[in-house]
Amino acid sequence: MYEPKIIGFLCNWCSYAAADLAGTSRIQYPSNMRAIRVMCSSRIDPEHVLRAFVNGADGVLIAGCHPGDCHYISGNYKTERKYVLMRKMLEQFGIDPRRLRLEWCSSAEGGKFAQVVTEMTEELRTLGPIQLGAGD
Amino acid sequence: MDKLKFAFYWAASCGGCEIAVLDIDEKILDVVEKADIVFWPVALDIKYKDVEAFQDKYIDVCFFNGAIRTSEHEEMAHLLRAKSKTLVAFGACACFGGIPGLANVSDRDEIFNLVYKELPSVSNPDETTPQETYSAPEGELTLPQFFDTVKALHQVCDVDYFLPGCPPTPELIEQALTAIFEGTLPPKGSTLAPEKALCEECPLEIQEKKIPFIKRPYQVIPDGKRCLLEQGIVCMGINTRAGCGARCIKANMPCRGCMGPTPEVTDQGAKLVSAIASILGVEGEERMTEKEVEALIDQIKDPLGTFYRYTLPISLLRRKVMKK
Repeated sequence: MYEPKIIGFLCNWCSYAAADLAGTSRIQYPSNMRAIRVMCSSRIDPEHVLRAFVNGADGVLIAGCHPGDCHYISGNYKTERKYVLMRKMLEQFGIDPRRLRLEWCSSAEGGKFAQVVTEMTEELRTLGPIQLGAGD
Repeated sequence: MDKLKFAFYWAASCGGCEIAVLDIDEKILDVVEKADIVFWPVALDIKYKDVEAFQDKYIDVCFFNGAIRTSEHEEMAHLLRAKSKTLVAFGACACFGGIPGLANVSDRDEIFNLVYKELPSVSNPDETTPQETYSAPEGELTLPQFFDTVKALHQVCDVDYFLPGCPPTPELIEQALTAIFEGTLPPKGSTLAPEKALCEECPLEIQEKKIPFIKRPYQVIPDGKRCLLEQGIVCMGINTRAGCGARCIKANMPCRGCMGPTPEVTDQGAKLVSAIASILGVEGEERMTEKEVEALIDQIKDPLGTFYRYTLPISLLRRKVMKK
């Protein structure tokens, strides 16, 4: 069966802790996501997302603190705007914007985190492997 | 000392780079004094077969402008590479793919269908599109292959120097020529332009580093003093290489990025998404609903075409996904 690869950029203060909680609580979820811990979701440059796709990721998950809870006060607002603009541009590139997902998970939401990864894995399974435009 | 041998060639280009060579005004006389031009399709009647007859490395410096759109361009890139000691990618198209590179949001079939069949002004009842070979009574005729993807020069052959700009300014061309004549060219692979961002030479004043809204240039009359971004006009100066003297901005037009990205930037468009989205709508961001954020971002009408205007072929994704 086709196994999608997901790169998960998780913020240090909330979402990485949520993933940790999911682990220590022994919540089962697909192992398709490779986690990369970053200090803040706003650290994620659109270039990182494109690089992930070019290097074979089928989906990219960016997860950060809930609005208002950013450890750096306003990082996640910037992430949200970047994400909306990024999705718009991915569509113009002919890449399904569902391959990029932004979620807010607090450090108490291990269950939500597991559910997000499960949902995203299922969605990517139906979308199939990513195709980038090589051309001649 | 023998005169240097120069060559100029145009691939997929508008001809502006050819004019730019003449824009160095009377300095062109110094060039003619120190160099012989051995190949220049726009001005001299020298055929491709004459170039093929040159010895390898016969040409000292070849200025190659235009993107690689057809097999003819690719063939000439390989030929001129073999015949030249120094190959310079001249202008935004040769350096990054340039405006022709925007055709990478489409492909050959789409372009042929539109241009030869679908446009309302086209009358083509037999639906003829260009063929690469055609058998005429006199013999077989051939045309170069039209590629699906536009490329920059360095994506098809080894390039020694990059001279960006649309077109490169006379000042940069003069500096490059001086370096060639005096033998002071930087290491191979260098871009013959400053390393700073355009904001460094921009005369406008930055006050807040915040953008309240995005407008298109025709909707705003810039006041000529404040940073264009702060006035709501998307200006790409923040990650575009300096060296043009902020000509567009002095004419009240935003930078469109023809000098290409600064050395630290790989993907000019992605970096602009990051920069613009970070400073757009900062005021009151904590009260904004998802819908309001979307409406704010929707003010940017064509992110791909705006942010990758000159650099789509050298970006990370390089082109739109092909449906085939």
